[in-house]
Amino acid sequence: MNEIALLIAATLASGTPLAIAGLGLLINERAGVLNLGAEGMMLVAAIAGFATAFHTGSHMLAFGAGAAAGAASAAVFAALVIGLNTNQYATGLALSLFGAGFSAFVGAGYAGKKPGERMPFEVPGLADLPFLGPALFKQHPMVYAAIALVPALAWFLYRSRAGLVLRAIGESPESAHALGYPVRGIRFAAVVTGGALCGVAGAFISVVYAPLWVEGLVAGRGWIALALTTFATWRPARVLLGAYLFGGVTMLQFALQGAGVEVSSQLLAMLPYLATIVVLALMSRNPLWIRINMPASLGRPFHPGG
Amino acid sequence: MLRLEPRARPSRPMSLASPLIAVALTLLLAGALFAALGKDPLQGLAVFFVEPLRNLRSISEVLLKATPLILCALGLSVCYRSNVWNIGAEGQFLLGALAGGGVALWLTTHGVSGLRGMFSPLVLAAGVIGGMAWAGITALLRDRFNASEILVSLMLVYVAQQLVNYLVFGPWKDPKGFNFPQTATFDAATWLPALAAGYRLHWGFVLALVLVAGFWAFLFRSWRGFQLQVGGLAPAAARYAGFSARRSLWTALLISGGMAGLAGAMEAAGPLRQLTPHISTGYGFTAIIVCFVGRLHPLGVVFSSVLLSMMLIGGELGQSRLGLPNALTGVFQGLLLFLLLACDTLVAYRLKWAVAAKPGAAA
Repeated sequence: MNEIALLIAATLASGTPLAIAGLGLLINERAGVLNLGAEGMMLVAAIAGFATAFHTGSHMLAFGAGAAAGAASAAVFAALVIGLNTNQYATGLALSLFGAGFSAFVGAGYAGKKPGERMPFEVPGLADLPFLGPALFKQHPMVYAAIALVPALAWFLYRSRAGLVLRAIGESPESAHALGYPVRGIRFAAVVTGGALCGVAGAFISVVYAPLWVEGLVAGRGWIALALTTFATWRPARVLLGAYLFGGVTMLQFALQGAGVEVSSQLLAMLPYLATIVVLALMSRNPLWIRINMPASLGRPFHPGG
Repeated sequence: MLRLEPRARPSRPMSLASPLIAVALTLLLAGALFAALGKDPLQGLAVFFVEPLRNLRSISEVLLKATPLILCALGLSVCYRSNVWNIGAEGQFLLGALAGGGVALWLTTHGVSGLRGMFSPLVLAAGVIGGMAWAGITALLRDRFNASEILVSLMLVYVAQQLVNYLVFGPWKDPKGFNFPQTATFDAATWLPALAAGYRLHWGFVLALVLVAGFWAFLFRSWRGFQLQVGGLAPAAARYAGFSARRSLWTALLISGGMAGLAGAMEAAGPLRQLTPHISTGYGFTAIIVCFVGRLHPLGVVFSSVLLSMMLIGGELGQSRLGLPNALTGVFQGLLLFLLLACDTLVAYRLKWAVAAKPGAAA
């Protein structure tokens, strides 16, 4: 019983960075911009957050630094893609490659260090419940923040005027432009916001989840978060659900090892990636379903008057 | 105010100048970075871009590292010209190394004696098949399930790396290797012969150059190559002409997978002569940059492979000579691609001084 509670707790923790990054990417994809640089942004933010936590000992500052690093790298991407109309795929790839190199370069001196003390947190009153307490109510505050982000984002997208404009730009930038909305400015803001959230996710991995720094720490989570938006057909609640599903698969490998299953750890380590491929194939197999749900201008540049 | 004005047609001179401008800007930024790190910028640049060419031996090392880059990038350029976004060459490279290395290992342990002259071709052929099979998974999932080839091919890189780890930590581990995660050294008959005694550069480099000519002919002189490129540039026109998009997808992925696999097998049977968890130093990813810097053109790929290979060796030298982390190479690579993409804007647009911004134009 206790093991199951701990497994649930670990699943929530491991799904949280995927959820935060996935929700961030959802924002910029809803505006029609596909940022393949998620992995790079998360890596840069992970080392920025880690270094901040190491030098100041403050987790709050670390998340701030992560968000700033993510937003800054997203701004570079946005300047190229939106300002100069570069190819979104190639530019995102460039960001991922640059982020991998840059984080490895900056982080070379931080391997094997500790990112400050972890502050224990429990939800008052509920944490003492048997089973539910250790499973759900002794998490890092960021886990709850990720959950709270879902209704907030859903409200923004479907109930607020700004969200309507954002979705309109993702569906038809030409129409939004004709109505007088600053398409490129809003897309820029959406990309930077998405980058900031990817940054928080990256800092969560290095400061709370791991908590340590090694080269390539993010280990493909940025790409999995990108797959999540397709998996979720661009809906916030499904992103969260998918994130926990992948978090669960990641934890499953440790659970299986703990249970003494005779499979090599390397083969088990393939699980999250294989699960991503399988789920992606299952969700994409109906092209119509994807076409209905995908923001119509996703990946397509918009150049007013050009 | 400066603004972009679309050109009537892409500028050919600009398309050739853009990589040169990007390289120049990368050098400038690299120099600034060296200065910021408290190193002499000129000395730093010399370590990265002059030292690797200081004598015949170091040039041969540059060409040795350029070989897998050329092979991977040739295949990828076919993909990108057909608008198929295979970014998993790294995984296809690893599978090629596993397949080629597996055959070499089998020949070694079974002590096959006849037909020794056939060993190298056998190893390389196995590599091609391994890479093709790995890329074939991506093609199948794209074709049958409409799954994004970008994400699938990338995810398969992580799977491939774990497969390498599994084999060299497990079933393929050298029983006499003091428990190190590595296979036995392959039998000398499976090694790729060196071009000259005392050098590590092998005949694979010559094969790569032959393939450069082959890819040029395929892309610019063959009907199939033409179909692929029409499909990439104008999918609607390709459909109207009756060119099969499915066939293009499979062709592009199998070609690029096979090339990456060949590169992997060459790496295993060339300089490494055994399998370890660190078979690749990111050749499959570096090849993406090589591709774009080389303008997706076979000849351009050769030049940019040499350049990127110099940067790889420069990173190693920078570590030993200047005490800088080897990861600096990755920073320069990323910078180069960013700057190239920015410069490429000038291929399709020209910069115009807008004296009085027209309403709606100033965005």
